[in-house]
Formats: sequence, C-alpha cells, structure tokens
Amino acid sequence: MTTQPSGDLTPESGSPTDISRVGSSTPKPAHERTGAEDAALAPWDAIAADTDFKNLLAAKARFIWPATIFFLAYYFALPVLVGWFPELMKTKVGSVNVAYLFAFSQFFMAWIVAGIYVGKAAGWDKAAAGILAKFQK
Amino acid sequence: MNLSTLLPLADAAAAAPVNYTALFMFVGFVAATLVITYFSARKASGSNAYFAAGRRITGWQNGLAVAGDYMSAASFLGIAGMIALFGYDGFLYSVGFLVAYLTVLLIVAEPLRNAGKYTMADVLAYRLSPRPVRAAASLSTLVVSIFYMIAQMVGAGDLVKALIGSMISYNQAVCIVGALMIVYVVFGGMIATTWVQIVKAILLMSGSVFLSILVLSKFHFSLSEFFGSLSHITSHKGDALVTADFMTPGMKFKNPLDFISLSLALVFGTAGLPHILIRFYTVPDAKTARSSVVWAMVLIGIFYVMTTFFGFGAASLLGPDFIAKNGGGNMAAPLLAQFVGGNVFFAFISAVAFATILAVVAGLTISASSSFAHDIYTNVIHHGKEANPGQEVRVARITAFVVGAVSIFLAIGLGPNANVAFLVGLAFAVAASANLPVILFSIFWKRFNTTGAVSGLLVGLVSSIGLILISPTIMGLDGPAVAASARHLIQHAPIFSLTNPGIVSIPLGFLAAILGTLLTREPSAEAMFTELTVRANTGLGAEKATTH
Repeated sequence: MTTQPSGDLTPESGSPTDISRVGSSTPKPAHERTGAEDAALAPWDAIAADTDFKNLLAAKARFIWPATIFFLAYYFALPVLVGWFPELMKTKVGSVNVAYLFAFSQFFMAWIVAGIYVGKAAGWDKAAAGILAKFQK
Repeated sequence: MNLSTLLPLADAAAAAPVNYTALFMFVGFVAATLVITYFSARKASGSNAYFAAGRRITGWQNGLAVAGDYMSAASFLGIAGMIALFGYDGFLYSVGFLVAYLTVLLIVAEPLRNAGKYTMADVLAYRLSPRPVRAAASLSTLVVSIFYMIAQMVGAGDLVKALIGSMISYNQAVCIVGALMIVYVVFGGMIATTWVQIVKAILLMSGSVFLSILVLSKFHFSLSEFFGSLSHITSHKGDALVTADFMTPGMKFKNPLDFISLSLALVFGTAGLPHILIRFYTVPDAKTARSSVVWAMVLIGIFYVMTTFFGFGAASLLGPDFIAKNGGGNMAAPLLAQFVGGNVFFAFISAVAFATILAVVAGLTISASSSFAHDIYTNVIHHGKEANPGQEVRVARITAFVVGAVSIFLAIGLGPNANVAFLVGLAFAVAASANLPVILFSIFWKRFNTTGAVSGLLVGLVSSIGLILISPTIMGLDGPAVAASARHLIQHAPIFSLTNPGIVSIPLGFLAAILGTLLTREPSAEAMFTELTVRANTGLGAEKATTH
C-alpha cells in the first residue's frame, strides 16, 4: 500500500436516503458499496499482514473455538444423559434430582462462559484499537 | 388446594363474559405503544433510521429489545403449559433457548455488526455475488418470518378470544393484532419496533417475577416444599388415575433422538433467526452488540429459570387435569395467575401475553419488510440504486403492509383450531439449516463462494420444510374417532420419524454449502476475504451511529 488514507477511516452515513440515485455520479453510501468497491478504502492487506493483527486473530481463535466446543459438549450432554441414562438422571438429590440440577447448571454455564468471553473481548478491543491507530496516523 | 375459586373462569371458557380488567389493560398497552409509534414516526425517515433505528440504541436497551423480540408467546405460554402438562421435559426447552445465545455471542453478533448493514444477506453479499445470494437469503428470511408470524397470529387470536371473551371473535382478534403490527412497522419502523419490544420485555419480566413470588408464597417460600410437591401429581390418563413425579425426564420425549434434533435446531437456529440478527444493526458498534447480547442473556436466563416456578407451579397448584379442561397448556400461566393473584393479576398476565405477541410480530414484520426492500427491491431488482430518494423505505412500508395483510388472511383462513405450534419449530430448523451454515462460512471460510451460499440456503430451506411435511407433525393415520381439527393433514404413515428435522437438515445445509463451494472457484470472493476479516475483527469501515 502506497497511499495511506488520513484521519478516521470509518465512513459516516445517514443521509436522508442512504442510497445513491440512478445515474448519480456521487459515490454510493458506505452500506451500499460491495467489498470490491471498498477495496481502496483502507490498506486491508497491510493490516492483515500486521503481526499484531495476526496475534489478535490467533488470540481470538484460541478462546472462541475451545469455548464453543465446551459449551456445545456441556449442552448436548443434557439430552444424551436424559435420553440414554434416565436412571442416573432420576437419582434424588434432596427434594430435586440429578436431571434438574444438571439442567439448572446449564444456566450458570451459559452466564459464566459469556462473562469470561466479555472479559477477554475487552482486551481484544484494545488490541484492535491499537492496530487501527498504527494505520491512521 | 381449593380450586372452587377458579370456577368462574372455568365457566368463562363456555359462557365467555367480558373481562373488563383485562380489556382495560390491553387498551392501556395498545395506547402506550401507539404513543411510542407516533413519536418514532417523526424520526423514522431515511433508510438508516427506518431499518436500523439510526444505530443509536444502547447496549441495555438493545438487550431488552432482543429479549422482547425473542421471548414469544411460545416461550411464555407454551413452555409454562408444557412444563405444567409434561413436567421436566418442558423445562428442557427453557435450557435450550438460553444456551443458544452463546452461539450468537461467541460467533455471530460482532462480525455481523461489523460487516453488515441492514439485513442478514448483507454479510453474505459482502464478498459473494450480491444478486443470487441476496435473492436466496431473502427467500429464507421471508419463509422464516412468515411461518413464525402465522404461529404467533393464530395463538394471539385464540388468546385474545379466551381472555376478553365474547366481546371479540377469533377473526376480530387476528385483525386487531395484525392492524397494530402494521401500524407500528409502517409508521414507526425499527425505532417503534424497538421500543415496543423494550416495553414488552419489562412487562414480561415483572409479570414473571410477581407470578414466581406468588407461587412460592403458596409454598411458604420453601424450595424443598415446592419441589417436594412435584413428586406426586395425580392426573387422568384416559379413565385411569395416575400419580407421576413431574421431575422425572421422559414424560414427553420418548425418543432421545427427537430431543437431540430439537436441541440442535434451538442452539444453531437462534443465531440464524433474521429478526434477531437485524437487532444487532441498531447499535453503534460491535462492542455494544456484544454488551446487548450479554444483557439479553441475563434477562432471558432469569426468565427461563422462572419457568420452573410458573410451569411446575401450575402442575402442582392446579394439576394437569384442570389445565387440560380449561383451555389446555397455553392457558396454564394465566390460570395460575388467577389462582395465586386473583382476577386483577389474571388480567395483568393476560395483557402481558398479548404484549408479548405484539412485540414479536412487529419484529418479524420489520425483518421481512427490510429484507424484501433492501435485498430484493433495491439490490436484486435495481442493482443497488434507487430510482427516487426514499424509495427503499417506501417499498419497506408497503411490504410491511402486505406482509401484515397476508398474515391476517392466512391466520383467518387456517382458523382458531389449526395446529400451528410446529411452525415455530420449523422456523428454527430453517434458520439453523439454511441461514447459519452460510453465515459461518462467509465469515470464516476463505474458499467459500456464491454457488456454496445459494446451494446451502436452498438445500437447508427445502430439506427442513420437506422433512416436516413427511414427519409425524403433518403425516399420520387417524382413526374415524379423531376430531376434524386434530386430524393430520396427510393421511399416511409418517415417512420421517422425528418431529424436528434439525438432526438431518442441519448437516444437509452444511454439506450443500461445502459441496457447492468445492464445485466452483470464485477468485473475487477469495480475494475479498482479507478485507472481510479485517473488518469483522476491527470494525474498520463499519457504519457508525448517525449523529442527527
């Protein structure tokens, strides 16, 4: 990339119509442009090749895919256990049973995974802002 | 427990006198929403304001709106009824409806906000050939929205008729709900829809909290007394009197695969429901989209935990026999409200149920109309340009009117006794099988291309609908004794044995998207992947909130 766009790269929109008229020579508003038309908007390839950006993607992948596999496994354990091991799930624990406690624990699992994700994502936001700052001098 | 206090209502089902308290609360809610619409209408000009509320909704507001958009009458009335009649198995729905939001939070919400604009199809059209993928994605959006809407409208007609009584017939009730949703969406666009959903979410949450507290008060606020009462609930099975432990799994789902299939549709379908996805375009940035999912998860989670109290509470306090005799499962929550809180609380819970339906149908209408106007009209027909300023919004308003009118006619045509509950399951199955695979692949798979997207969308859509048509929901052999309204639509032994198609149709959707991709190469789509990845992960180039 030889040309570095100056200032904020994010296009602003919100004109009364948001869409360019037929035959109009003015550029399309941001949300109507296809990726090809946006190619010159920012140094996409330079950002993608940036080490910090690569680290950001790797950090996200390291959390998101294991977390997804974990929550899917935890969730699908419920229908599997209830369906094929009903005797185990009927075991009484106080006035409730294992089946109810495991179902109930799913709510806390969901909230905890979401909480951890939000904590991690706050760090990624900082990293992303830092990367953009490098390219927006 | 003295059930004689409930007898006036039991008579009401037959004689159906006007419940003035309920009527008054309905009118109050409607008046409040019309005021909201009036003020929204002044701001809802221009595509950005009309389709995305100017992207100025805050995190907690959007969280409430997502909750209001998502928790349908099927959740509130349907799950309460299912737990009341089938115990533990009904509660399994509650779990799935919340866990599904992890898919939305972890995988879909932020890239979608960063790479899309107004509709689900925006993300796909970003690096794929816009016209075919928009046409296919819009078809899928319209199918999901209209199926879901018919289920809500038929339910609304039944509910309003049961609650306000003889004053309003089923047809009139359907027309009122349809007319209101048309007014909200045509005049107030996304801004009015959002605020109707927020008001509804607050009403639903507070109604559920009060109902749960009142139920627990009947058990002296002792959880062990509450759960203890569930172990010996007697009901009639035919002529025999049976006692069952309502905490025991397996009262509804006899085939474990059936439940796994449903779970798959719930967990993967939510992240592909167009009316939920477009909510993330109403916030300023991806970070707010994230916080709004978290707000929604807190609210939705608390709500579904509370289904324990009002679902099992109805089973314990009223008993399955009483519920079955007085309008069936969908009336469990209102009946319980009357039992624990008297007529005024019954009226309040009924008004909440009514508000619930209105907010959901408004969300569905705007999702259908924005998809038709933005994807089909502007992009497929007019190649991304509009002939006159404001045309796109005008088309969306007309579409909202047409969608509303079509839904009214379909709901009236199907009639009050139509078994349409399966349409909600079908909407989730289509969303999971058609929409989610192509959304995931377009964000994460570089090689993905237009052929893959179109084949994934169409195969997911057709296989979900096709499998439902040959499932026990539609096909079955009924004896001569079965009433006309309960008969299966196709009198033939079911070819596919599961009631939810997810376990087959979701893999088919993924497979079709993969095979379609591998058959062709699209260098332009691959070249654009870098740009999409940078956008999705940094928010660069994403549309900000409008300042006016």
